[in-house]
Amino acid sequence: MLYREAGQFKSSYDEDQAIFPILQDRIMLAIVLIVAFVAVPLLFNEYWLSTIMLPFLVFSLAALGLNLLTGYAGQLSLGTGGFMATGAFAAYKLAVAFPEMNIIIVFLLSGVITAGVGVLFGIPSLRIKGFYLAVATLASQFFLIWMFNKFPWFTNYSSSGVISAPPRAVFGDYFVTGSSASPQAKYLFALAFVALLALAAKNIVRSHIGRGWMAIRDMDIAAEIIGIKPLQTKLGAFAVSSFYCGISGALWAFIYTSSVEALAFDITRSFQILFMVIIGGLGSVLGSFLGAAFIVLLPILLSNAPTMVGLNISVDLISHMEFMIMGALIIFFLIVEPHGLARLWQVAKEKLRLWPFPY
Amino acid sequence: MEFLTAIFVTPFVEIVSYPIFFFEVVIGGLLAGVMYSLVALGFVLIFKASGVFNFAQGAMVLFAALTLVGLMEHGLPWWLALLLTIAVMVLLAITVEKVVLRKLVNQEAIILFMATIGLSYFLDGFGQTIWGSDVKVLDLGIPSAPLEFGGILVNEFDIVAAVSAGSLVAVLAVFFQKTRIGRALRAVADDHQAALSVGIPLKTIWAIVWSVAGLVGLVAGIMWGTKLGVQFTLTLVALKALPVLILGGFTSIPGAIIGGLIIGMGEKVAEVFWGAAFGGAIEDWFAYMLALVFLLFRPQGLFGDKIIERV
Amino acid sequence: MSLTKLTLAAVGLAVGVSGFAAQSATAAEQFIPSLVYRTGPYAPNGTPFADGAMDYYKMLNARDGGINGVKLVVEECDTGYNTDRGVECYERLKGKGETGAAAFSPLSTGITYAIIDRATQDKIPVFSMGYGRTDASDGRVFPYVFTAPSTYWSQASALVRYVGGEEGGMDKLKGKKIALVYHDSAYGKEPIATLETLAEKYGFEFHKFPVTHPGLEQKATWLTIGRKLRPDWTFMWGWGVMNQTAIKEAAAAGYPMNKFIGAWWSGAEPDTRPAGKAAIGYKSAAFHSPGSNFIVHQDILKHVYGGGTGTTTEDKVGEVLYNRGLINSVFVSEAIRTAMGKFGNKAMTGEEIRWGFENLNLTEAKLGKLGLTRFMKPIKLSCANHEGGTPLRIQEWKGQQWEFVSDWIEPMNDIVRPMIEASAAKYAAEKGITPRSCN
Repeated sequence: MLYREAGQFKSSYDEDQAIFPILQDRIMLAIVLIVAFVAVPLLFNEYWLSTIMLPFLVFSLAALGLNLLTGYAGQLSLGTGGFMATGAFAAYKLAVAFPEMNIIIVFLLSGVITAGVGVLFGIPSLRIKGFYLAVATLASQFFLIWMFNKFPWFTNYSSSGVISAPPRAVFGDYFVTGSSASPQAKYLFALAFVALLALAAKNIVRSHIGRGWMAIRDMDIAAEIIGIKPLQTKLGAFAVSSFYCGISGALWAFIYTSSVEALAFDITRSFQILFMVIIGGLGSVLGSFLGAAFIVLLPILLSNAPTMVGLNISVDLISHMEFMIMGALIIFFLIVEPHGLARLWQVAKEKLRLWPFPY
Repeated sequence: MEFLTAIFVTPFVEIVSYPIFFFEVVIGGLLAGVMYSLVALGFVLIFKASGVFNFAQGAMVLFAALTLVGLMEHGLPWWLALLLTIAVMVLLAITVEKVVLRKLVNQEAIILFMATIGLSYFLDGFGQTIWGSDVKVLDLGIPSAPLEFGGILVNEFDIVAAVSAGSLVAVLAVFFQKTRIGRALRAVADDHQAALSVGIPLKTIWAIVWSVAGLVGLVAGIMWGTKLGVQFTLTLVALKALPVLILGGFTSIPGAIIGGLIIGMGEKVAEVFWGAAFGGAIEDWFAYMLALVFLLFRPQGLFGDKIIERV
Repeated sequence: MSLTKLTLAAVGLAVGVSGFAAQSATAAEQFIPSLVYRTGPYAPNGTPFADGAMDYYKMLNARDGGINGVKLVVEECDTGYNTDRGVECYERLKGKGETGAAAFSPLSTGITYAIIDRATQDKIPVFSMGYGRTDASDGRVFPYVFTAPSTYWSQASALVRYVGGEEGGMDKLKGKKIALVYHDSAYGKEPIATLETLAEKYGFEFHKFPVTHPGLEQKATWLTIGRKLRPDWTFMWGWGVMNQTAIKEAAAAGYPMNKFIGAWWSGAEPDTRPAGKAAIGYKSAAFHSPGSNFIVHQDILKHVYGGGTGTTTEDKVGEVLYNRGLINSVFVSEAIRTAMGKFGNKAMTGEEIRWGFENLNLTEAKLGKLGLTRFMKPIKLSCANHEGGTPLRIQEWKGQQWEFVSDWIEPMNDIVRPMIEASAAKYAAEKGITPRSCN
């Protein structure tokens, strides 16, 4: 009843090809955006903004990047952490070397640099497939982290190898990085990036580029036969995906923790983002957000839950239980819906369309 | 220029001028590789029989070792503790088959992979909830004194590890080739549907494979646990097994052993002789790079099944 | 942890550490956050530290009713040694209690770096005891960070002094070889600059051996050290499983254990015990005594364990890392007490406690009153000097317990302090901070 497209007529191709052809979806999206841009910064306190919403946004962006590569182009990658580190260190070097440069340009450039690195490490994908490729991308993961850790040039010769983000402002003196930036400013800045890039992603995947990726994913030899060039398509997927991951890494270093060492992007980070993509739903932009929410929020919720309900359980037991519940929930969700949370949402929409007369 | 010398000249000069040291590094590397193979074997067994990339193998190694050492700390004699641990691992395999695998039959490989990650989380938390997270000393009386053979240093412990890995592979080979169950396992590995159609019970076979992988995990857990003490970090040995796995091929038991030897030797020689040129600590990524280079020539690993692509 | 305990928790019975967190808020209460890691790869080392820290606060509450009548409320938050979890813990706990968090001890170099900016902004002291940012010892640039009683740079210089003494004089170091095996992270890299400076000054050869996290495999490193390089001394900046592996591999490569010295984070029971007999003779630096033959331990056993509210088991009281956790709590509680001396006996704010830290003066007499005679050396902090620079001692693993084998060794403050000030000045310039005046 609420979600029904009957009566919504399309009278031009443009209307038919809109990103959100259904009115209810547009309304829904508008509400989400208003809540995210207006209500959240006004209502949420500092703890929520800086330790829950910020990592959620950063992880969403990284998951989105990986989803483009793994979900749409079918290339399994475990190098996400390495690409995020590349973005973070590129942004740091750029910001310190050119203090005058606008921070937005710094972030975009660091994404471009990461895209270059991604293409380089994407080359083996032309020959290696499936889990072999996943393990092969670990080579880039380990190599990149080692490199940033090893050569002091990347950290401007800091004795410990930790970089800390210099304070930078957008629009005059509206600080978005550094210790004087307010959590609201940081949140809005990250949100703007994520929203625009998500919109871009949504558009890319329905363009000929995205359709090429999906063809390669579904059967690469068949795709080749119908004239899709595997070289350009696969490397293009690596480039775009790494661009997203790079910006997410830069956001991590500058906006979220504001100081970072290479080890923060180690192999566990890559796995974490892969979990998000799979739990959220492969090949779904919405899924990246749902997956990130699941993986970021659940542990925090689980570790806070006992104190919230007034139970006094020792912290180690809480952490162990957190592991167990997390694992059990992952298995549970996969059994219930192997195609991720996004698919659950899709099913719900189908149901809503028929509700309240399903027959 | 200096850098090029450090890569192309100095290491070779060192190798030639200290041949004994070079042999020590090679032998040390080979023996370290055996320890990786022990972990990689468990991955191979499960992938071969069910096509599942079992990320929980590392967690199983830890869980088996924790159970063993935990039972021993409660005063059980080692043989009883060992038997009980084996029973626990079999029970775990049956549970996994019933609760996870059976529900996810016919799903894509990546979904099953994700499910094993969930399993790995669960086992990590479960093992530590029961047995605690401090380091436990596992002492089964395995000797570990350094020995010298003709001036070449070898450690007794590494030899014990190599021997147990060797006998493990021998036992597995006999099991796969000579026993009824072993033949059924191979049939399942070749073709699930054909195996089902001649009356091989797939579910039982999977439970058996997971049990065997659990036992291999136990052996790996004993060896690594004796070396490092039983603690959470043991799950991370899985990361050392991955390059071994891709180099040897996901489906080959000899591949796991030979891959281990190549990776072990390669990374040690690289670290000792070429590490200085790059500032050290190169062995982790070097192992993956080495595997990657092999893959570029053989995308299915050294001994893996040939990938046949059809449209 | 046992199955029974799990069951108990499941039915909702209150067990465990934070057992006294939920007290009624009638009297004045001081909230103290405690970032710990009882899980994750470094849990074996994090747990005894957390136990010691907690037991001391419990003892103060049980014996004296807190500090000057102000009860201490402590809440633990498990970081798992993850920087992002640490930041979450910080944000979650910083505003709790009537005056906010007293002081944070992040217990990880990574987390320390991540919260220095935030804590300075929030006016909460960060007490990174023997870890974290060494150059934060300069109180003019880092007003809210305290590194007492010693830093990695001071430690490196004290180790060189010890080695010089063993060789028969600092001039004998010329031409000797010293190797450093280090955790390849922010933590492990700290001593390098100091050792390089000292190598130049005393003319010894300095060789670096990085070990990648977590350090499960070190055969290549130790074959090079034990069979080829054969350094006269080897230092180690390791943590967690890296320590046990290093000791095992060193023994396997035939490197003499008595020439092998760890930093203070590489010398505790969880590091040596799993290595068995191989570890006997292994040394490490320390800024406090091992063992439980001190009045403070008797008080803990009597007031905390006597009442059955101990955090761990009685036999763990007095382990090296337990004692280190205890000393961490001593510093925090004495800073609070010092602050109360100026601002009155009520719950202190972070800013007041910062004053307490800067005016902390633990004299021999005061240590005696705290039951810490012979446990540690007297120490005094100031506005500019947040380190104090306590002398160190070398302890040796005897197979069952750690024992001191040297006298107290002074660090080379004349060399280290200028390095700290130069590094802090560089940081200030990069960040645009104007150092405050301390006169």
